[in-house]
Order: sequence, then C-alpha cells, then structure tokens
Amino acid sequence: MIAAAATTSLAPLYVLAGYLGLLLALGALSGRSFRGTSKDYFVATRSIGPFMLLMSVFGTTMTAFALVGSTGKAYDLGIGVYGLMASTSGIVHSLVFFLIGIRLWAIGKRYDFITQIQFFRSRFESSALGYILFPILVGLVVPYLLIGILGAGSVVRGVTVGMFPDVFSGQPHPVLEGKMLFVGAVPPWLTGLVVCGVVLFYVFQGGVRSAAWANTFQTLVFMVMGVLAFFLIARELGGVEAAAQKVLENSPQHLAREGMIGHWQFLSYAFVPLSVGMFPHLFQHWLTARSAKTFRLTTVAHPVFIMIVWVPCILIGIWAAGIGVEAPGGNSNAVLAAMVGSVLKQPLITGLLTAGILAAIMSSLDSQFVCLGTMFSNDIVLHLAGKDRFDDRQKLLLGRGFIVFIVAVTYVLSLFPPPNIFDLGVWCFSGFASLFPLVFAAVYWRRATKAGAIASVLAAAGTWSYFFYHGLIARPESGPGAEGEYLVFGLMPVALIFAASAAAMVLVSLVTPPPTEEHVERFFPPQA
Amino acid sequence: MSSRAGLAWGFVLLLGILHYDFWWWGDRTLVFGFVPIGLAFHALISVLAAGAWAWMIRVGWPSHLEEWAEDGAEGDPR
Repeated sequence: MIAAAATTSLAPLYVLAGYLGLLLALGALSGRSFRGTSKDYFVATRSIGPFMLLMSVFGTTMTAFALVGSTGKAYDLGIGVYGLMASTSGIVHSLVFFLIGIRLWAIGKRYDFITQIQFFRSRFESSALGYILFPILVGLVVPYLLIGILGAGSVVRGVTVGMFPDVFSGQPHPVLEGKMLFVGAVPPWLTGLVVCGVVLFYVFQGGVRSAAWANTFQTLVFMVMGVLAFFLIARELGGVEAAAQKVLENSPQHLAREGMIGHWQFLSYAFVPLSVGMFPHLFQHWLTARSAKTFRLTTVAHPVFIMIVWVPCILIGIWAAGIGVEAPGGNSNAVLAAMVGSVLKQPLITGLLTAGILAAIMSSLDSQFVCLGTMFSNDIVLHLAGKDRFDDRQKLLLGRGFIVFIVAVTYVLSLFPPPNIFDLGVWCFSGFASLFPLVFAAVYWRRATKAGAIASVLAAAGTWSYFFYHGLIARPESGPGAEGEYLVFGLMPVALIFAASAAAMVLVSLVTPPPTEEHVERFFPPQA
Repeated sequence: MSSRAGLAWGFVLLLGILHYDFWWWGDRTLVFGFVPIGLAFHALISVLAAGAWAWMIRVGWPSHLEEWAEDGAEGDPR
C-alpha cells in the first residue's frame, strides 16, 4: 500500500503562491481594458472572439468535477466513467451548441438580450417565470461553485501533508480511533478562502473580460499540466504499460465496465450533458457573442479538448487502484493529490501540477461569479426598479455585492462537505439538464405556453428536490443502501426528472390557450 | 436540409448509437499495451465527434439564422 502524500518541502506552496500572484497581475492588467460601464463589465461589449470563447466555455465546463472528480470516480468505478460523461459530452454538448446555441445567439442579437431569464420572460410573456427560475438557477450554480472550492481544498490538503505539523493538527481518522489524517496539511477552509479571494479580485477588475482572459490562461495551464502529470506519473510507475499491467494483476475489474456500471445506468447518464443547454454562463455567452461563427471553433474542438483532459485522469484513477493507493479516509476526491504527491515525490513538479489543478478549478469559478452578478442586477433589481433607476456605478455595485453574498454562502457550505465531488457534480448537472425541455420548447415548439413553461420548471424543481433529498442528504454514509450510485429503477434520477419536466411542458401547454401567433413569430426565424 | 447535411446528421446519430458499446462491456484487452479497449473506443468516439461537427458546420451551417439576426432588430418584443 502507498500512503497519501508525504512531502515536507515547502516548494509546492511557493509555486502555488507564485501562480496565484500571476493571476492577480493578469487581473490587474485586464482591468486596464475595462471601460467602466456596466455593459462592458457584464458582457464585455460583445467583444469575445472564437479562441477566447472556446477557452472560456471549456475552462468553465471543466471544473474539479473533470480532474479531481473523474480521477476519484475512475478509482472507484474504472474506465467506464469516461463513457458516462466524457464521450457523451463530446457528442451532446456540441449538439446543443449547434441546435440551441446558434438559435439563441440569433434571438439575442436581434432583441439585445443578455441573460437567459430576460429571454424566457419575453418568450413566454411572464414576469413570474423569471422570479421562479432565478432562485432555481442560483441554487444550482451554488453546488457548481461548491465543487470547485471543495476540489481545491482537497487537492492542496493532499499535497501539503506534513508541511506545518505545529500549526495544523489534521483531522481524526473516520474509522481508526486515535489516528490522525492530513497532519500538518493546509486545511480546506484556508485554501477555499484564498481561492475565492483571488478569483473575486480579478473578476472585480474587469468582469467578463477579466474572466475570459484568466480562463484562457488557466485553461492552457491546466491542459498542459494535466498531460505533464500523466507522463510524469507514468514514468514513475515504470511506463504506461507497466502501470496498466499493475491494474491487470491487482484490480482487473477497473479495466472494463462489467460489475462496475449497469447498462441502464450507463444509458441514462446520457441525459446529464444536456445541462449545457441551461448553464446560465453559457446561455449568456450565446446571447451576447459577437457572431454565430465564433461558436464554430468551440463546437468542433470541445470533444477533443474533453478527451485530452479526461483520458489521462481516468488512467491515473485506475492506476491508483492498480498500485494500491489508499484514498485517505476513504475519500476518493483525494486520489489525484495522493498520486501527484506520493508517486512523484518532486516538490517543484508537485507544485506545478497542483497549480494546474487549481487553474482548472478557478477557471470555472470566475465566469459563474460574473454571471450571477449579471443575473441579479438585470433580472431582479433592474426588472423590479426599472432600467433607469440606477446609474452605471450603482449597477456594478449591485452585481458585485450579490457575487460576494453568493460566494460567502458557498464558502460556508464548503465547511460541511459531501463525501464525493463527482456525485455532487452529477446532481448539479442533473438539475440543469432537467430544465432542458424549457429551452428546447422555447426555440422549437410554437405551441409551448406560459403555463406549460412554469409547470415544466416546477416539475423539474419538485422531482429534483425529492430525489436529491433521498439520494444525497438522507442517504446513509455506510451500511445497506450506501453502496454505489443512487439509482431509481436502475436509472439515473435525471432520466425521471427530465421526463417529468418534459411531460409537464407538453401536457400543460396543450390544455392552456396558445400564445398569439404574432408574438411567437418573433422568436421563430424563417425556414432556410 | 441538403442531402449532405442529412448525411452529416446520420453520422452524428450513428456515433450516438455506437456510444452504447455493450460488446466491450467485459473486455479487458489493452490496446497498445496500456489503454483498455473500452476507453480507447470511447476516445475514438470523441475524435470522430469533432470530425462530425466540423463536417456539419461545413454542410449544414444555418446561414439563414445569421441573416435573420443581422437583418435589423425589430425592438425588444417584451
């Protein structure tokens, strides 16, 4: 058995501090391009080009879920994890970009929409729909942010074990009485605080533009570091073939799906990537992109980029199982940090790779922070008080104030972490995916009505809350009913939540009066 | 929809069907000596998906949506 990371050199921390300093400098630099207006802050005056859009979309989508979560999940379930999320996303994400994104861009361009709630309110002629959607969307973004903060805390704790034994005493082992875990490691609450502070700084400098600059930089960093980590770990294990042989000898079940993942579970996972159709930050990119053509590069490159990040993570996860790495405290979130720290044993490299993981995490937080501020300012405050009630400075202040509030709430929640980042991510994405019938009907079904839209959102929220409670909150941590993924009739809950949402949309729309033809016509471009 | 766009959509559909590769479910063969075949096949699907979308953009790009969007706003319909 190989224990968790055990390096006492402070070099990894110096590298991390240098990286965070670089980000602060980049934030200050991008702030110089900031024109001082709320429109520039919230949508960068529609100036984001194809490359930065790709980096921003990919960087935001790939969070701790993709790196820390996928490695940990592959350690638990084997190679099938790639098929559950990565290859499906390569097909479905681009499908949604193509079928939904381009239409939304056209509508946003024609009518100058910024947020998804503005669009839905207008399409369904319902102010109430916005008030119902806002807390649901914010409530789903919070776990997304939470995944990032938890992932950062978990990784930094894993690679700093032993650094400060006099300051941080660690935490008690969940099973072995008297034994302490992570002695001397930087605790997650401190990492979360630093990460949130850095991201808030550069986001406040220039809004969407700063987030896009930082995303581009960080996405490049984490892709390069991910590939580097893969090769260095492989080398330390005697090469990729030797690492695979270890898995074949010690944990062969990790090389296939038999006994690890059910067929219906696998198939019903395909609903999860539909979540991209309702991510608020992505929706905002669609509505505000300079041109539809800026999405071409994202649509094509996205599947390959996912592959570049996920394949190494999945292999590192199964190698960890093959060489007998012990997940500290049974927590598979710590497997990636354990591999980086204990296998490589090179403090500088460990620092660089950890910076790469933090880059992936922070590049997800920034866009979401800005998006939340935009939604609150436009969809709640300005909608209630009127567009001209506040000047630009006040609008910025409102947006930033709401961002700080949400970050504070998320930070407090991060102090009570759930056991598995991947599962929390799947719940979050399942919620967004369950709202997909709403956007699909909005752009493809003329007969969809206001009542149908509201019923669809409420059905998704109700069924999601029910399953979330039974599948995560009320689920025992050990013993009967705690093993494996939470399934309903062998299916992922998202399949049933999606079905409820779609059925509510169709049935309620059909029994309520249709919208006027004149209104609907404005949202349906002429056929080619 | 042109016949070439129809073919591209057919290819996307085919990838969606191939994604459920039940025939590798219990296969532990290592491709190139280190990649499990189930993982290698799905990585191939990712690459083919990129190709499929590049093809789709070439033959099925909705130019009419761009023209409609650029055609001058009618004003916010709210």
